[in-house]
Amino acid sequence: MKGLARTLKRVFGTAARPLAESLVAIVLALAIGAVLIAVFSGLLPGHSAFDLGLPYAAYAALLEGVLSLNGMTATLVYATPLILTGLGVALGFKAGLFNIGGRGQFLMGAVGALAVATVVGQSQSSYITIPLALLAGALFGAAAGFIPGALKATSGAHEVVTTIMLNYIFVFTTYWAISGPLALPGSPQAISVDVTTRNAALPIILGRDGHLGILVALLAVPLVWFLLYRTTLGFEIRAAGANPDAARYGGMRTNRLIVLTMSIAGLLAGLAGATTILGVVHQVAPGYDTTVGFEAITVALLARSNPIGVVFSGLLLGAMRAGAQSMQIQAGVPPELVDALQAIILLLLVINVLRRWLAGRSNGQRSAPAATVGLAQAAEGAQ
Amino acid sequence: MSGIPQALDAIPVLGILFQFLGYVVANITFMSNTTVAVAVPIALAALCGVMCERSGVVNIGLEGIMLTSAFVGWITGVVAVGILGPSTPLPLFGITLPLLIGLVAALLAGMLVSLLHAWLSISLRVDQIISGTIINIGAAGITGYIYSLVAAQSPVGAGQFSHYQVPKDVAAFPIVGWLINAVLSQGPIGIATIFIVVVLQVMLFRSRWGLRTRAVGEHPHAAETVGINVIWLRYRNVVMSGALAALGGAWLSMEAGNKFDTNLTQGRGFIGLAAMIVGRWTPLGAFGAALVFASATGLSTSLQISPPQGDLGSLMARVPGEFWEALPYIITIVILAGFIGRSIAPAADGQPYERESAS
Repeated sequence: MKGLARTLKRVFGTAARPLAESLVAIVLALAIGAVLIAVFSGLLPGHSAFDLGLPYAAYAALLEGVLSLNGMTATLVYATPLILTGLGVALGFKAGLFNIGGRGQFLMGAVGALAVATVVGQSQSSYITIPLALLAGALFGAAAGFIPGALKATSGAHEVVTTIMLNYIFVFTTYWAISGPLALPGSPQAISVDVTTRNAALPIILGRDGHLGILVALLAVPLVWFLLYRTTLGFEIRAAGANPDAARYGGMRTNRLIVLTMSIAGLLAGLAGATTILGVVHQVAPGYDTTVGFEAITVALLARSNPIGVVFSGLLLGAMRAGAQSMQIQAGVPPELVDALQAIILLLLVINVLRRWLAGRSNGQRSAPAATVGLAQAAEGAQ
Repeated sequence: MSGIPQALDAIPVLGILFQFLGYVVANITFMSNTTVAVAVPIALAALCGVMCERSGVVNIGLEGIMLTSAFVGWITGVVAVGILGPSTPLPLFGITLPLLIGLVAALLAGMLVSLLHAWLSISLRVDQIISGTIINIGAAGITGYIYSLVAAQSPVGAGQFSHYQVPKDVAAFPIVGWLINAVLSQGPIGIATIFIVVVLQVMLFRSRWGLRTRAVGEHPHAAETVGINVIWLRYRNVVMSGALAALGGAWLSMEAGNKFDTNLTQGRGFIGLAAMIVGRWTPLGAFGAALVFASATGLSTSLQISPPQGDLGSLMARVPGEFWEALPYIITIVILAGFIGRSIAPAADGQPYERESAS
């Protein structure tokens, strides 16, 4: 393991250790997942208990599902909202903020896009509707992120609790919207308009269902990277995250930073919601929900809050989602395995990171990997 | 800006308020029964949160603990029925041996998940919010995974605990009969919850354990200097509190119904978290907040079943049902934002404790 880490270090420089840690966590999690599949294999019809062939069949099906042409576009489609929302969560981590509100911000983005499709879509061409819908989604998401930011800045209400509460408020707001103002006129059941009939569906640019949103996500990555590492605002965000007191004494308006960071995070999650509705879902019925908000936390942690890393961790989770379908169809293994795997990856990651942290290696103390810093900040932010 | 038109404006508001009060009184029997039942799992989750956070450990994994216990209790019941065969329930609460085995398994599962949280957040000093998030994601994934494997075989559960039947004479007692009926006409977990609330309230503020818990939550270093083992106390509180959230989970799969479903908890752990904050980290307050939250559900169900007449009816018809469902969360945010009064968390809440070197 050490030799591998050294080789990787030569190739990737400072990113070697976090990369190696993430890879170890992923591989170990897959191994534990294999044990999980084998232990419960007796519950699948046609398999004996502790059927060691089943994990192999499941992972083979998963890989096959990812590596086919349709699987690759599916990976990109699944990764799109994860990358966008993950960027927002990562940005929050950098500022010392824990944004669990991705779910609500995503849904508000969806509502914003649907609102434009409902109001504008009938009379305008898609060249006007689509940009407007994406803009509205981004703005609705930003507003959803602005609220917990402003609450924290003005009253000190902790963002973890307010974003969790706001998630539910936005879920019910969404149900209300699609059964009220955004409902399909004349429909017997409560359902939103279909964006494909309103000139708002995103054009397919890749394969069978690779929509334009993929480009939006890939475009957002360098923008967020630039914001974080090449602008004053980005510097202030990182400074406030590393040491809020020092940042305040340095003359930075930390309250303004909190509000801005949360709004940008919400904007990104809102874009994720808008692109998902316009590109994949098209029509929203009551009960529609997303797990993107929580998965984005995994994405950001796995990437050590690095915008470039978010692309890879987003693609990894997207691939797992895409592969889960063929895993279910071909091997009969339920797709919930992917959620379990996520939790196991995160668990291994925090344990590993902490062991290094506690070991306090001579060179490890000062140049701690980004995620350790992120975790430490989040811990400080928790109080 | 004269006062008279304003006063005139206020009259219909007052009228509607009276109509509303009349409606509530007329439907109180139905509403109170629903309210108390809905409040039970929320209150149990909140009590788990109180015990953890009073000793300085933030627990947003309540949802995951409840979900795991609900699943383990149910599946153990399924297995127990398979082995022991069907048994005749006792007259009181409809208790059967498989149900009891399931309940015990649920409690153990909840404590085990809590032990994971304790180990991560106390020993490894992982960010407690990340630890809780891992528990929530993992619980949903693993229970969902096994459940979808099991569900294909349409298993038979161990049934459910039945409600205590309040004698008709007592329930018909004037003025307080409905209240006694609402509180006692429940299954064993529901009735136990009320006792747990009272006991925990007394323990937390009147016992040695309570004093130590609060000391550790407010100022662990000072507590350590007077000889309290901070790490051990936190471990004990977190693991024991897991049994409370587990009871809430067991209520969902073994008392309110007799089956499990993917994501059975549906955010009740998070409402419990809210109830804990609104109740200002006290057991009684948390229970009260859970009742207030649940009464929104009770009211909206009542409004659907027997809609009020007159002005009140037309007003209520305009309030979307989603509003009532969102109300608990709105109340929590308003309280958190300090419009009603700030809730102050225990001072050391969420901070990992590092023992000073014993030199």
